[in-house]
Amino acid sequence: MTTSATPATAATSTRAGVAGRIGESPLRPDGTLKVTGEFAYASDLWHDQMVWGVTLRSPHPHARIVSIDLSAALAVPGVSAVLTADDVPGVNAVGLEHLDQPALATGVVRYEGEPVALVAADHPETARRAAKRIVVTYEVLPAVTDPRRALDADTPRVHDGGNLVRRMAVRRGDPSPSAPVVVALEFEVGMQDQAFLGPESGLAVPAEDGGVDLYVATQWLHVDQDQICRVLGLPPEQVRLSLAGVGGAFGGREDLSMHVHACLLALRTGKPVKMSYSREESFFGHVHRHPAWLSYEFGAERDGTLVYAKADVLLDGGAYASSTGAVVGNAGTLGLGPYRIPNVHVDARGVYTNNPPCGAMRGFGCVQAAFAYEALMDSLADAVGIDRVEIRVLNGMREGDSNITGQVIDSAAPVAELIAIVRDMPLPPDRAENPDLRDLPGGVSNTTHGEGVVRGVGYAVTYKNVGFSEGFDDHSTARVRLEITGGEPVVTVQTAAAEVGQGLITVEQQICRTELGVERVVVHPKDTTVGSGGSTSASRQTYVTGGAVKAACEAVRSSVLARAAAVLGRDDLRLEGDKIVAQDRHGSGEVLAGLAEILGTDAVEETVQWRHRPTHPIDPLTGQGDAHVQYAFSAHRAVVDVDVELGLVKVVALDTAQDVGLAINPDAVLGQIQGGSAQGMGLALMEEIVVTDGHVRNPSFTDYLIPTILDMPPMTIQVLEYADPHAPYGVRGVGEPPTISSGPAVAAAVRAATGRPLRRVPIRPEHIVGG
Amino acid sequence: MDFLAPTTWADALAAKAEHPDALPVAGGTDVMVEINFDHARPPALLDLTRLPVLREWARDGGRIRLGAGVTYARVIDELGATLPGLAMASRTVGSPQIRNRGTVGGNLGSASPAGDSHPALLAADTTVEVASVRGVRLLPIGEFFTGVKRSALAPDELIAAVLITPPSGPQQYCKIGTRNAMVIAVSAFGFALHPDRRGVGTGIGSAAPTPRRAPAAEEFLAGELEAAGLWDSRGALPDGLAREFGHRVRDAASPIDDVRGTAAYRLASLSVMARRAATWAWDAHRSAACGPSDEDPPVRMHP
Repeated sequence: MTTSATPATAATSTRAGVAGRIGESPLRPDGTLKVTGEFAYASDLWHDQMVWGVTLRSPHPHARIVSIDLSAALAVPGVSAVLTADDVPGVNAVGLEHLDQPALATGVVRYEGEPVALVAADHPETARRAAKRIVVTYEVLPAVTDPRRALDADTPRVHDGGNLVRRMAVRRGDPSPSAPVVVALEFEVGMQDQAFLGPESGLAVPAEDGGVDLYVATQWLHVDQDQICRVLGLPPEQVRLSLAGVGGAFGGREDLSMHVHACLLALRTGKPVKMSYSREESFFGHVHRHPAWLSYEFGAERDGTLVYAKADVLLDGGAYASSTGAVVGNAGTLGLGPYRIPNVHVDARGVYTNNPPCGAMRGFGCVQAAFAYEALMDSLADAVGIDRVEIRVLNGMREGDSNITGQVIDSAAPVAELIAIVRDMPLPPDRAENPDLRDLPGGVSNTTHGEGVVRGVGYAVTYKNVGFSEGFDDHSTARVRLEITGGEPVVTVQTAAAEVGQGLITVEQQICRTELGVERVVVHPKDTTVGSGGSTSASRQTYVTGGAVKAACEAVRSSVLARAAAVLGRDDLRLEGDKIVAQDRHGSGEVLAGLAEILGTDAVEETVQWRHRPTHPIDPLTGQGDAHVQYAFSAHRAVVDVDVELGLVKVVALDTAQDVGLAINPDAVLGQIQGGSAQGMGLALMEEIVVTDGHVRNPSFTDYLIPTILDMPPMTIQVLEYADPHAPYGVRGVGEPPTISSGPAVAAAVRAATGRPLRRVPIRPEHIVGG
Repeated sequence: MDFLAPTTWADALAAKAEHPDALPVAGGTDVMVEINFDHARPPALLDLTRLPVLREWARDGGRIRLGAGVTYARVIDELGATLPGLAMASRTVGSPQIRNRGTVGGNLGSASPAGDSHPALLAADTTVEVASVRGVRLLPIGEFFTGVKRSALAPDELIAAVLITPPSGPQQYCKIGTRNAMVIAVSAFGFALHPDRRGVGTGIGSAAPTPRRAPAAEEFLAGELEAAGLWDSRGALPDGLAREFGHRVRDAASPIDDVRGTAAYRLASLSVMARRAATWAWDAHRSAACGPSDEDPPVRMHP
């Protein structure tokens, strides 16, 4: 499947009479609503009796809370509650991997923006005014703001257990290898933000049973529920979550934000409580991508064949662990890229500091490493005098190879093919004689008419684990129901897997249509009345929840056929739409009964908990083990025009090839690849949360820049479909690889154009001009 | 917060006199952001959108009188050839939605050192017409900006219009941003050739506490063009001269390091922008048969 960016098309195929099966691109139900502004996001939630909750946050990166005086806030007319850590009924601790973060600060604050107190009032402005009247007396403490010094003996401890969150060592082959050609570099990656457009929002409604119903934009309802229950001291039956409209996630909604705060206020006031962050607050309300300091060395034969690789990766986890441990795991196990390397020495560390907490973001530990290993791969190509594509073809992983943790890649690993595909795509035409300003660096800002503009081309290739790793029990649950309604068969599918914009609802429908041959598929709202769907992250939902839906459909089909066999007295049966047909060896498909006759007014419903094949913890000393369930590969070629006098960049082309196993929804696959590529390009050229002495300096979309349509070129995308025999339908996760390989390709292209080493991203104009 | 909504200019001036702390709002692209972010809570807003007179522009003697409420989009559409420098600056403002709302008068009212229109207005020798119940004052643009987000407006005054003489020569405008659209200027430069009086106009943005001209650079370039007889010969602008002009523009700036860019980069970029802008303008002047052309806007954009 090769395509340029094209708009989605309505399903037209009517294979077996049912449109919208897997492999087609039926229109998604939220698409038109989002484009026309009618989609109800979490920030649109409303309840007639609701009050508004706001959060008072720490202005200091590190301080002791000496006292909190709430009296002035409580005196504001319209205020119904003001809460602090003292009001937490359960355990005041949350966290995805470690319960190291209080729901409300107690005793000490560890980062700028840490929640300290909550206010509920009848109007958001009243609540904000009241929050400003809370008097918190702080004793400012020295802040740990340089992660490179976090583990030094004389550095203060951010937490009692010390400043190391996780260290991972990967050792393989000769511990002291040597090679005739050695290249090395140091690289630095700035702090990227998920920059989702829908701010953290939700509505908590107190229930008559003493519990609470929470409607919230999130990525994993059940892990939220666990954490909220602990803080509230309530059992899961009393803490019910429903997914509200999600305006983007990208990892930034894996941790709790306002969830537990709204519940605390709702239970205290007895009223529904809405919380919705402002854009500025949002920058303090979720974790970011870990900034990274990377030191790499490759040794190779004179022909470029890798002999060894050494890497040291330092990730700034900020004040709380979030998913830093797993990010370190990825940076360690995947941090040398999709290459065959016999001798390996990797150390990856994540540390605590008093900087903003960092955690999950699309690409999860692989993004940072890819900038380093792909830059160094270019250096190696130059050092041995071969082409930059050839060096990757030469060293690229192949199916059957072992990666650096000793895991055999047991499905397609088309590194050489992917990089060759992007190399062989047509290059964009040379710059026109009289170019449109919008095609030049600077755009209509009119900074060049061609003066100083130099073109550069860069390549990158990567691989990424799909699904949760290192022995995690990664499962999803699906409930599928088949019944006759109004004379027609209708399937209802229920999972708790979060739709965050990626198109999972459509995928669930497509799988049901394919398995049961029924066109009408109703997707039940996402909530906690069904078992966990696992996280919408790690590119895993189509694989894992898709697998669960497929399995539940198969169970429903078996059940229906068992009923039919009992009625018809024969078991050579097949379900085809609303008919039971003979499964004879000629495939004649003689209709034996209508589904309605078999079901009557009954519904057949099956609930299945589904797991992918297990992964395993890695050896703590050597980092060896089968840590991951699946690998997904992608390559990018970037073509840039750089105004080398002003340091401005225009990305002229950003073309890619990716193996997706099987495209369940080809248009959605393209959307993921386009969006992921833009996000990777953003990190290469502009996206950075600037933190100085623990303070965020640009918490707005005025100064945190993300690419616009004038920054993102049209893409040529080639999708390969090498089915993974271990995955349902052969699917391979799609969402993350483009974010990983696009940025390094752009950075390489800018290096090619400028001749500068550019060992930090985002690349700023002053880095290019040396000003 | 009071909301004052006068429907005549006289009522607006009376309202401002009565409520000198009322914040005027036109397109709201600056004021509403400040309010929504809770960065500003003015005691009153003075809504200027119900005053059609502010949304008019007309030829007034030899000059264009541009009402303070004319949007950037209209400057681009209606005055692209007449006021090319200001139109080029307007094209760099925000997004289409912002250009449909934002006004040149509002830009002046905020008086941000990064205001996109300011360098173009400075280079074009604009006059700012301000009014109050006490009467009308005409302020040379160079006297308008008095500090960071401060202007020479008295508390009871409103900006009525800007008065701009249609240029006798080419104009240019360049702006640096770290993405290719929707960006606040890291640095900006406006340039105007005034062949009628053998002069040069400049405007520097985002590189000093206020938008400012580079008078020494203007005098230098005009003088060198004179000395070399280039005003008459319309010979090529020597690269060394353009370069030196760029350096002198750079030397007129006094930027700071901030989250958007470094002072050193701002200086370096001004030098490059000034050199290029002067060269483009001079080349256009040379190729113009007689005076400025109304046909070709200086920005090449395919429809």
